[in-house]
Amino acid sequence: MADEKDNYVKIEFDTKGIELSMPISKPDFGSGGKTNEWRIERPVIDQDKCIKCLLCWAFCPDSTIIRHDNDSVDINYDYCKGCGICANECPTKAITMKEEV
Amino acid sequence: MATEVMTGSRSVAMAVKYAKPDIIAAYPITPQTEIVEDISTFIANKELSSKFIKVDSEHSAMSACIGASASGARTFTATSSHGLMYMAEAVYWAAHARLPMVMAVATRSLAAPWSILNEHTDFMIQHSSGWIQIMVEDNQEAFDTAVQAFRISEEEHVQLPVMLGLDGFILTHTSMPVSMPDAAEIDRLLGKRKSVFSLDQETPITLGNVIGAEHFMEHRYRIFEAMNNAKRVIADVDKEYAKISGRSYGLVDCYNCEDAEEVIITMGASSGDAKVASDRMRKEGIKCGVVRLRVMRPFPKEALLEALRGAKHISVVERALSVGIGNILAHEIKSALYDAGERPFVKGYIAGLGGRDITPDDYEKIAKSTMNMQSGDEWVNLKL
Amino acid sequence: MLLKDIDRSEKWLPGNAACPGCGLSLGMRLMAKAIEKPVVVIPASCASVVQGAWPKSSATFPLLNIAMAGAGAAASGIANAYEMLGKEGTVVAWAGDGGTADIGLQSLSGAAERGDNIIYIMYDNEAYMNTGIQRSGSTPHGAWTTTTPEGKREFKKDVSLIMLAHNIDYLATASVSYPTDFIEKLKKAQQHKGTKFIQLYSPCPPGWRIDSSKSIEVGRLAVQTGMWILYEYENRKLSISQISKPYADPKRRKPVKMYLSAQGRFSGISDDDVKEIETEIDKKWEFLSKFQ
Repeated sequence: MADEKDNYVKIEFDTKGIELSMPISKPDFGSGGKTNEWRIERPVIDQDKCIKCLLCWAFCPDSTIIRHDNDSVDINYDYCKGCGICANECPTKAITMKEEV
Repeated sequence: MATEVMTGSRSVAMAVKYAKPDIIAAYPITPQTEIVEDISTFIANKELSSKFIKVDSEHSAMSACIGASASGARTFTATSSHGLMYMAEAVYWAAHARLPMVMAVATRSLAAPWSILNEHTDFMIQHSSGWIQIMVEDNQEAFDTAVQAFRISEEEHVQLPVMLGLDGFILTHTSMPVSMPDAAEIDRLLGKRKSVFSLDQETPITLGNVIGAEHFMEHRYRIFEAMNNAKRVIADVDKEYAKISGRSYGLVDCYNCEDAEEVIITMGASSGDAKVASDRMRKEGIKCGVVRLRVMRPFPKEALLEALRGAKHISVVERALSVGIGNILAHEIKSALYDAGERPFVKGYIAGLGGRDITPDDYEKIAKSTMNMQSGDEWVNLKL
Repeated sequence: MLLKDIDRSEKWLPGNAACPGCGLSLGMRLMAKAIEKPVVVIPASCASVVQGAWPKSSATFPLLNIAMAGAGAAASGIANAYEMLGKEGTVVAWAGDGGTADIGLQSLSGAAERGDNIIYIMYDNEAYMNTGIQRSGSTPHGAWTTTTPEGKREFKKDVSLIMLAHNIDYLATASVSYPTDFIEKLKKAQQHKGTKFIQLYSPCPPGWRIDSSKSIEVGRLAVQTGMWILYEYENRKLSISQISKPYADPKRRKPVKMYLSAQGRFSGISDDDVKEIETEIDKKWEFLSKFQ
């Protein structure tokens, strides 16, 4: 779900392959693997109930809540681990945890 | 070219002054103290504009050096004995993180019981740390090698830290004449450090995170390759330095070893006494020579075998001890000879621990004893 | 500062190796929003693993890993090198309570005494979590860990008070449950040139035996019961943060039992333990009042 306006910082630089001989790593998504596969439940946002308070966005440990320009939010399901913090903190119960199929 | 009479400690400090590292982080420990004190004086007198971080321990010294070198700084530290042991995990880290830096080790006995006197065990047991290790014979060589060390370390195909060993008290606290090339010549030789990688905003690398079993060994292999590259680089830098100094050392110092049948292998300052003994024996008609192992890591197998060609009896005299097996160096020498299909008689001698002197008389006795070809390590001058 | 004022750019990439609900991962994400050009040092700790495995890293800023005892020193090395080389960046040491209160205390103390230009953040999940939940000096009284299965007898080592004694330029306690407070404190820290220290309360679901969704809630309870006090020490003056001010009054604190019963690690706690904890809370507030 990484698009132009997802706010993820992307820095391109050439390490000339030295990471193969020296213990260097480069920034990238999924450094812990396919963390979406960890999910037992997934958060689902009812956009009608969302008041754009940004609490879910502020508290997401994994940067998997995408904040749009108008402060509405969406879940990055590619990496969301389903921890449930967003659902627990949402003041209007706009986010519910649904069992992952 | 300037010549000064100075201690080994000052020789190293002067070399640091010429090399102009950006960061120095060190903790005092006898007999290294004069090195860091001299450097502090240079900085206070504005003769050197390095930043000297007065760290809280040796582990912090090496950790600070790691941070500095990873940021692209030219880096220096110095320690000895227990300081080296205390920083040991970070010593390993620095080499395996491929961080250029130079560390002077004033060799000294390890406790218990306490002894501040000279011995090589502290230096020798770092032989698997990944550091390039060079041990010098005198203060002139200490200066020359310390300067070269920065260049060797920072070389693109090496990128390994260099450990310079100099005998505690024997060299650190003894004055000898040392001649130093012009600052401009040294500047030209060393240049400014050009990092292969560094922590900065344009290249936001992560250094040293977890790596899986599928990739770890290959990274280790690359360090191994870099160590091999170092043999060539050490020889090349030696040649370049010879142009500005008139002095060249090589990986191995051969003293009358070309036609020698009786060879004494030594490391460090004591080699001088071995050379005196070998001269005496030559007068008696014994074809004696001394092979001083200057570069310990990378182990200079080829240069060593070349120097030992024709040797019949070899005495490996070491000021160190690996409890449970004995003389570390003798085992490495025997191993190199075995691989080459050579079978001269090799005997290991454990000598000079805890600061006990080894005299030319001792070396003479040793070389003659080896001719009896009784295998097994022997302890020199033990009073039981 | 309001939530909407928090910087939008995400410098801490998704898909890292942190447990779901990890307090330190949120902390790192927030830190990277508060500090424009961080250069981070991470000693052996959960964070070492959370950043992910080679050849990837979840950090879009330069990051140095270092041995457990060396965070303060390595950060000093970078800060001094950066100054010598004229490089841009704010050096941040990101260390756990283990790597700070215990094994790393010496090198932090050394850096603070020298006044090296670093921000040292101790993310406090109150045990050696990375090695499987063993007690640290920062583990609170009564908490279960694998090395204190009967509940820790000793009380929590207060690293912030130790740093207070170093008289550093800026010191604060913070919590991932109060993100704008944490970010404001980071911004203040950046305005000082010497050593800055922040102790960041970071809940740990597996270690504290809480559901991953409850991390933030438990963090809030810590503050609302007066257990975790948010304060700052700047220009030799200690001030309780606005959020914690009401809880100076014991009558306004939520009952400690609410905080303890929310976590499985306190399930074995006795009534005597609870009384001791309540007394400790009172004493701590009283002690801090002496510095205000």
